[in-house]
Amino acid sequence: MAKVVVVTSGKGGVGKTTTTAALGAALAQTGDKVAVVDFDVGLRNLDLVMGAERRVVFDLINVARGEANLSQALIRDRRVDSLYLLAASQTRDKDALTEEGVAAVILQLRERFDWIICDSPAGIERGATLAMRFADLAIVVTNPEVSSVRDSDRIIGLLDSKTVKAERGERMEKFLLLTRYDAARAARGDMLSVEDVLDILSIPLLGIVPESRDVLRASNIGAPVSIGNLASPAAIAYIDAARRLGGVPVPLVRPEERKSLFGRFFTRRAA
Amino acid sequence: MMMNIFSAFGHRSSAPLARERLKILLTHERRSGSQELVAVLHRAVLEAIAKHIDIDPDKVDIEIRHRDTFSLLEINLELPTIVHGSALKPQQAA
Repeated sequence: MAKVVVVTSGKGGVGKTTTTAALGAALAQTGDKVAVVDFDVGLRNLDLVMGAERRVVFDLINVARGEANLSQALIRDRRVDSLYLLAASQTRDKDALTEEGVAAVILQLRERFDWIICDSPAGIERGATLAMRFADLAIVVTNPEVSSVRDSDRIIGLLDSKTVKAERGERMEKFLLLTRYDAARAARGDMLSVEDVLDILSIPLLGIVPESRDVLRASNIGAPVSIGNLASPAAIAYIDAARRLGGVPVPLVRPEERKSLFGRFFTRRAA
Repeated sequence: MMMNIFSAFGHRSSAPLARERLKILLTHERRSGSQELVAVLHRAVLEAIAKHIDIDPDKVDIEIRHRDTFSLLEINLELPTIVHGSALKPQQAA
């Protein structure tokens, strides 16, 4: 059974595209067939983060309008065999996307893939509502910062009211992915902690991605962060989150705990 | 050195303030999100009760409170003092 996942946040710049690419690649590495779909019409970037920007010929809107078939538009990843990208259109207006068109594309994708990961644009306009419209599950990407948490709360409200699943009276599964987390600052009380954000948003936690240089590095070279340096804390966080998504009960180690274990190790060595 | 002393003593963590501001703001915003539903319920409750009892529309107070995993519908009605069914409308009292 294919699962349609929306990666959303309301606020821009919190890591939706990074997350879509990283989770998509991590899921595909387990052997599942994965399609990552960019819904940010006019401001596409998933192609760039995936390193496929020069290979885009047809896009989501071409397929939605029947101007190209799905096979022509899907771009196969060069590193991970079962990972495919469906790019957004860069030249079209965002109103070129219709609900019927998106429904048809999602239906076709469901037949061919295990996971369809929809990268939502920022905001709460058409692109964002269509990205979440047919989702089975939502990943709410949030930074530990007031404006991001507020926008996430708003998005959770939309997920519970404006999606097909919600309109059918079914419960929309929602998970929090806390990104750009700095455990040291949170420990000092200078940043909202994991508990603070969980307490406010009240949705289950999928993972904590620490603030990391590897994220920028990955986008510089055009590779999902989860398939680059596997020792990177960000890569580990995404790989673990992907496994949890796949139903593997990977224990969630809070960055504070990881640090304190590390600290304890060092104190013992020093003593 | 002065800077260090200053920051060591002047340091007050900002996260608790962020948390409190968010909690207050979101309580308010979630409430306004369910205002439409509250209005519909207000009308429905008023109609149902008014069939049987004379009631002041302003004395019907409906609120939706959000908890972690559920929301709470709170209905407060102020009725006239009822003595042996005295407040019941005549056709219902029979």
